[in-house]
Amino acid sequence: MASPAIPAGRTPLKLTAKDFKSDQEVRWCPGCGDYAILAAVQQFMPELGIPRENIVFVSGIGCSSRFPYYMNTYGMHSIHGRAPAIATGLSSSRPDLSVWVVTGDGDALSIGGNHLIHALRRNVNVKILLFNNRIYGLTKGQYSPTSEIGKITKSTPAGSADSPFNPLSLALGAEASFVARTIDSDRKHLQSVLRAAAEHHGSAFVEIYQNCNIFNDGAFELLKDASSRDDHLIRLEQGQPITFGADGRYSVVHPEGSFGLQVREGGEAIVHDATVDDPAYAFALSRLSGSDLSTTPIGVFRNVPRPTYDEIVQKQLLDARAQATGTPDEMLSGLLNTGDTWTIL
Amino acid sequence: MNEVAEVDAPEKRVEQLERVVIRFAGDSGDGMQLTGDRFTSEAAQLGNDISTLPNFPAEIRAPAGTLPGVSSFQVHFADYDILTPGDAPNVLVAMNPAALKANLADLPAGADIIVNTDEFTRRNLAKVGYAASPLEDDSLAGYAVHPVALTSMTVAALADTGVAKKDAERAKNMFALGLLSWMYSRPYESTLRFLEQKFAKRPELVAANTAAFRAGWNFGETTEDFAVRYEVKPARMRPGTYRNITGNAALALGVVAAGVRSGLPVFLGAYPITPASDVLHELSKHKRFGITTMQAEDEIAAVGAALGASYGGALGVTTTSGPGVALKSETISLAVALELPLVVIDVQRAGPSTGMPTKTEQADLNLALYGRHGEAPVAVIAPRSPSDCFHAAIEAARIALTYRTPVILLSDNYVANGSEPWLLPDVTELPDLHVPFADAPNGEDGRFLPYLRDPQTLARPWAVPGTPGLEHRIGGLEKADKTGDISYDPANHDFMVRIRAERIAAIPVPDIEVEDPDDNARVLVLGWGSTYGPIGAACRALRQRSLPIAQAHLRHLNPMPANLGAVLAAYDKVVIPEMNLGQLAREIRARYLIDAIPFNQVSGLPFTAATLENMLEDVVKNG
Repeated sequence: MASPAIPAGRTPLKLTAKDFKSDQEVRWCPGCGDYAILAAVQQFMPELGIPRENIVFVSGIGCSSRFPYYMNTYGMHSIHGRAPAIATGLSSSRPDLSVWVVTGDGDALSIGGNHLIHALRRNVNVKILLFNNRIYGLTKGQYSPTSEIGKITKSTPAGSADSPFNPLSLALGAEASFVARTIDSDRKHLQSVLRAAAEHHGSAFVEIYQNCNIFNDGAFELLKDASSRDDHLIRLEQGQPITFGADGRYSVVHPEGSFGLQVREGGEAIVHDATVDDPAYAFALSRLSGSDLSTTPIGVFRNVPRPTYDEIVQKQLLDARAQATGTPDEMLSGLLNTGDTWTIL
Repeated sequence: MNEVAEVDAPEKRVEQLERVVIRFAGDSGDGMQLTGDRFTSEAAQLGNDISTLPNFPAEIRAPAGTLPGVSSFQVHFADYDILTPGDAPNVLVAMNPAALKANLADLPAGADIIVNTDEFTRRNLAKVGYAASPLEDDSLAGYAVHPVALTSMTVAALADTGVAKKDAERAKNMFALGLLSWMYSRPYESTLRFLEQKFAKRPELVAANTAAFRAGWNFGETTEDFAVRYEVKPARMRPGTYRNITGNAALALGVVAAGVRSGLPVFLGAYPITPASDVLHELSKHKRFGITTMQAEDEIAAVGAALGASYGGALGVTTTSGPGVALKSETISLAVALELPLVVIDVQRAGPSTGMPTKTEQADLNLALYGRHGEAPVAVIAPRSPSDCFHAAIEAARIALTYRTPVILLSDNYVANGSEPWLLPDVTELPDLHVPFADAPNGEDGRFLPYLRDPQTLARPWAVPGTPGLEHRIGGLEKADKTGDISYDPANHDFMVRIRAERIAAIPVPDIEVEDPDDNARVLVLGWGSTYGPIGAACRALRQRSLPIAQAHLRHLNPMPANLGAVLAAYDKVVIPEMNLGQLAREIRARYLIDAIPFNQVSGLPFTAATLENMLEDVVKNG
């Protein structure tokens, strides 16, 4: 079955970013990173060549989850944490649709952690965009499951005692078939990752570092500021050695006898291959970035084919139907009359 | 029947009976549910009316021979139409001392007790606290005890078949079934057919179980301990084709029928929970009808996926029991706000919390009516018997699809696992549930207004993704009337809350009917759900004693029938028996200012007709 994301043989549509803007007033705080992501998505969507009516954005609760209101597609702003579950029901029963989930670090990793991992392990054909700002914005500034340990917030005046999740490690633990990370401020990179996600058949998990300028401003500045980013941001390119820093002076290497990957000055950089079937490779990559962001890869970590939940479900339906004969009413009548029956005249 | 009756034996006396209640009781591993089920099928084949009550522990295999491990199956069969599985068994088949001890108190004096003497060992007696064997003292003097060495006779009968001793012992339930089938002159062809199918892959077990069944039959024919054979003639029932059906099976078939009659794919999201799981199991077999079943990661995901499928144009269904409804509550509220079809099936069990998962109760009525945040009314209906579950499921789907609302269907463990004959419907006469999807803009300027209501049903358009030109966003935030845009306007919220309430309140439901054959009752008994049978049986018994009483039964619990207030006001007394602490009674009092008399039992067991008869007699006589 073809992926709905990239339909074959469809007459090219001439849509523009404007076609994807709804008539609703955007109500994020001025300066919020969400604006950049919204603009990037609206600008990218026409590339898919999918009619707007076949695209659905489903979200949970939180600042990011207002996203569907601003997209001129079908959309549902649902309840806290449950978007992956709702999207699973929609996607598996409507394989003709392109279903996108927009969520945040609290929505996806705290209240909705269970649904996220199960959507990923099933490999439901949905694209999950996790806007990670490492803070609770809509409830005004409590720490989130990606906040660094010791984080001082309204609810943790003495510092958070919680260890944060590494969202990519979590997704890879659930054996997600597509895992990527990008940054709100880098539109070109963001769109390249979205493109790869859309082309992927199955669950695509995309973490987007997103700045909350009200409650956690500058959380990712190390990776954005021109003076620091080159020494901390690792751009993953398929088929390319993983190096970064001025003149590529840092390499990601696999030291002999080590289970994981390390950053070294010099050394033989490993060549990036997101299609490695063993999730251990992508997992090792995901472990390079800690809370301090000092060595943070962005790009596509993992991109492997795996049967999708939607396909398997639809195949079972089609196989069962292929063996059925008669009209639905006749079939129903046959079903009701199954087993030990008796007739009274 | 000459197949097994070719034994040289004296002709036995045959007695006619109108009705018999048999309880098969044994250890959880003794196959009592299967035995009861087969006997029921034989009785049904003969044309008796039947009603059954399985009763089993929540533990899969409690320690063998202990009281908590006792599993039983009661079947009531009669030559007239019956309403309950019977209050007290005429016959108890006790496969071990625990089964005897656990069930003895339910037997009336003079009842037949068939005991498997092989299991009455010192060790087994000690397990249940018998100091001496009750078979050897006079503690069973008031009963007709038939000691039968069921296990050893089964093993002896199978000596030539070559099956292992363990398999031979396991066939003792078929020996018991053969004996009872002989005693009550049952046609057994369907049982032999059943054994062939069940053990199709192990022919030696077909032979063993068939031989055990025949040995039991022949034992009845030859032993002097059973001097009498009984007959229960067929009941006079409406012409047509019948099958025996449990409530859970009927619910599943009702959901299949709703899919067929609506022309929609069905999506069932479910998480296993007793006693609802069988609906999931049954529906998972019917993919050829376009039914998707998803075993979700939890109750919340199950209803979420169902709602997501409804959004996409399927009939979304979720099945659960009380604890699951609690978890689904937030999503049901979302469905109220989204105004999408959703069928929530709650097979109630004894609560709160884990409670008694295999025991029955009707204590989720408040949860169904009110268990959500905000003003979140939904339609609520309850089936009254196992076969009625089929029609209730169709009705729930009809309301959900027509009015775009969640509907909660309140079944319970009693109807879910109980069974009765079901007159198979003519499929083409089932309701047509087709509803149109929106396919064009409905507003001025070609705009689509997702919350513009149908003036008749007050339902909003069901515009499914994939429909060009109707792209729109819905969500849990309050929506402006008609446009569906986010709105914090105070007057709009007040309006939307009221219209959501009004649209449920305005759903037309059939008037409630009153059964009062002589039209002279001053007392009305009002029930809902699975209490229909015991209440009906109690009312019949009272009328036979010339004590007039009227019965009315609620199927629609929200909205309630338009004539209900007038019906209630026409009687001096209204009695409401419920398997809870008075949830419907409180509702009736609040809605209709009627001084309803609650009568409540929360033992995990259904009312007996006798209990209700005594209570109602008191009200009728003493007011």
